[in-house]
Amino acid sequence: MIVRCLGALVLLAGSAVWAATPVDVYQFPDADTEARYRGLIAEFRCPLCLNTNLAGSDAPIAQDLRRTVHRLLVQDGASDAAVRHFLQERYGDFVLYDPPLRWDTALLWLGPALFLALGVWALLRVLRQPALPPLEPEQRDELQRLLDEP
Amino acid sequence: MKRNARLYVPLAVFVVIVGFGYAGFELNDPRQLPSALLEKPFPEFSAPLLAEAPGQQQALVTREALLGAPVLVNVWATWCVTCKAEHAELMRIARETGLRIVGVNYKDSPRAALRWLADYGDPYEFTLQDSDGSLGVELGVYGAPESFLLDANGIIVYKRVGDINPVIWEREILPVLGRLEVLMLQPGVNT
Repeated sequence: MIVRCLGALVLLAGSAVWAATPVDVYQFPDADTEARYRGLIAEFRCPLCLNTNLAGSDAPIAQDLRRTVHRLLVQDGASDAAVRHFLQERYGDFVLYDPPLRWDTALLWLGPALFLALGVWALLRVLRQPALPPLEPEQRDELQRLLDEP
Repeated sequence: MKRNARLYVPLAVFVVIVGFGYAGFELNDPRQLPSALLEKPFPEFSAPLLAEAPGQQQALVTREALLGAPVLVNVWATWCVTCKAEHAELMRIARETGLRIVGVNYKDSPRAALRWLADYGDPYEFTLQDSDGSLGVELGVYGAPESFLLDANGIIVYKRVGDINPVIWEREILPVLGRLEVLMLQPGVNT
C-alpha cells in the first residue's frame, strides 16, 4: 500500500515537472541541428516575458519564435549567426541576453569597470593619507585634561 | 577653500544618483520594446485576405498593397481585450480622417474575426489573415494590439505597442502625419 502511494506520488511529481516545461515536438535531420536549436532557444530572451528565455517560456510568442528558429535551421539551413541576425532585426536588442558593444550600450559594458576604477582610486586616496604628526607634550596634557573631565 | 570644496563631493554624488533614478523612472514601461523596425521598410510579405473558408482560393496580398499613401497597419485579434478598447477610435479615424487603415488579424479564428467586424464595424480598407503568427514574427509583433504607421514609400515611421486612443492619436500620430505631409510637399526629400 505504502509502496503504491509512493509510486503515485512519484508519478504526480513527474507529471508536474512536465506540465511546467514547454514541450514542442519537432523533427530534426540530425543530432547536431537539434543541439544548435537547443542552444539558440536557450540564448534568446522571450519578448513578452521580462526574464525568461525562449526555451523556458510558454508564451504564444515564444512558441512562434521557437517554431521560426526551427524553420530557419531545418528548412532554410540557416547558420546560427543568420538566426541571431533574423531575430535581432525584428525584435531588437531586447531579445539578446548578450547585447552588442555600441556607443549607446557603452555605459552598460564599461560601467562596472568605471565604478571599480573609482573605488580603487578612492581606496588608494584613503590609504595614502599621511599619518598624523605626534602630539606635542602640552597638547597631550590638554587632551588628558579633557578626557579626565567629569 | 579646497577643504570646503571637498565637502560638496557627497552632495554631488547624491545628485548624480538622484539623476539616474529620475531618468530611470521616466523610462517607459520595460515591457515596451523599442521597435527594431522603426525608420526601416515594412518587410516583404505575402498573406491572404481574411476569409472564413480555409480551402478557398484567396488572392495573396503583398507589400505593394501598402504603398502609395500613408497607412496605419493595425495588428488585432478577437481574443485581445485591448483591441476591443481601441476599436471605437479606429472607427472614428476611419470615419473622420482620410488615413488608410489596414488590419492584420493575428492568430485568430477567421470566423470570430469576421463576426467581430460585422458586429462592431469594419474600420479596415482590408484585413490580412495571419493565422499562425508568421507575419507577426516578420513584423516583430509580440502581442496585440500593435500598430505601424507607414509613409507612402512603405517605411515604418511610427510604431505603437498597445491601443490607439484619442490621446495617442492627438499626441503621437497626428504630429508624425504632419511631418509626412511636410515631407511630401517637398519633392525629392522623401525619396
